[in-house]
Amino acid sequence: MHEVDMTKCLLLSLHEWKRGQEPLTPVVSAVHLQVGDFTCVEPEALRFTFAAAVEGTWLDGSTLEIDTVPLRARCLGCSSVYSPDPDQAYRSPCCDQPMEEIVSGRELRIRSVDYSLPQQASDPAAVPSR
Amino acid sequence: MHMPLSDTLGLNLMAANQHQADHNREHFDAWNLLCLNVMSSPGAGKTSLLERTITALAPHLEMAVLEGDMTTQLDAQRLEAVGVPVVPITTGRACHLDAAMVSGGLRQLQAQLDPAALDLLWVENVGNLVCPAEFEVGEHLKVALLSVTEGDDKPLKYPVMFREADCVLITKVDLLPYLPVAVERIETHIRSVNPAAEVFQVSASSGAGLDAWHQWVLATTREHTRQAALVEVG
Repeated sequence: MHEVDMTKCLLLSLHEWKRGQEPLTPVVSAVHLQVGDFTCVEPEALRFTFAAAVEGTWLDGSTLEIDTVPLRARCLGCSSVYSPDPDQAYRSPCCDQPMEEIVSGRELRIRSVDYSLPQQASDPAAVPSR
Repeated sequence: MHMPLSDTLGLNLMAANQHQADHNREHFDAWNLLCLNVMSSPGAGKTSLLERTITALAPHLEMAVLEGDMTTQLDAQRLEAVGVPVVPITTGRACHLDAAMVSGGLRQLQAQLDPAALDLLWVENVGNLVCPAEFEVGEHLKVALLSVTEGDDKPLKYPVMFREADCVLITKVDLLPYLPVAVERIETHIRSVNPAAEVFQVSASSGAGLDAWHQWVLATTREHTRQAALVEVG
């Protein structure tokens, strides 16, 4: 369940960002991620661990929105872009070449955050410790 | 407000791990050593390989090992027995090493010796073909092992690991006569997902193929630390 550790990484980044907004505390409604199909991340597990991890924190009530990105590769032979298929050993259907250049599918990105900034200083007691 | 975070944060989901990994690598570079992250499923033969390889390369390179293990220190003890400094990193329930754990291991290593005296630092990761592929620890290169007993479909089932590896070792080739497995098929599948990888077929038990692998480690380390030309490995 490495999604737990990935969620920790995500929360650390969001916490850093929040500190940049001080003395205001942003109210976050959604965090948007881009997750490639050619990664070791199971989006459902990430959603589950995120929901569990933010409970009772400043991110409570926010949702994790995950856009998946399909695996695409450029054929070594003819430069056309194809969708590698595990059943074809990820090789290009046009020229039977190995998967040389991955065009997309390795993304693990925090894309954006939907939030509002209340116009009063945050209560330091409400800030969770790291 | 819909706010792209790219200006304030790294875009990488793994930014927190990545910062620590980059920091570890800065240390490695300041010490002028090469760090290899060795990964495989449990039982593919990481520790057996390192026993042989460290013994063979000991006359030529100063080495140390950071040994990741979930609960025991058995692997660390085996490698200490071949006469190399080993720092065990017990990961508990975590199924991979991350950059912060390796950073902790480095502090322990520094208490034992001066890392600047090392040429090569081995990181033996926790046995797992999935998680370690996404958690960089600051290594310069990734080495993945796949034993012939695991079957020829594993590079296709766990493609990210074999794609990310700079070097893939097909291990336990001495067992091939007893298995309905074609080693050529394993190698073809590895090259299909990662045509740039160095691939070696080895057996830590018979010694087959180890010379070529050892020469690669030696040459890569020498190149990295800008030392003199390749020498004969005994």
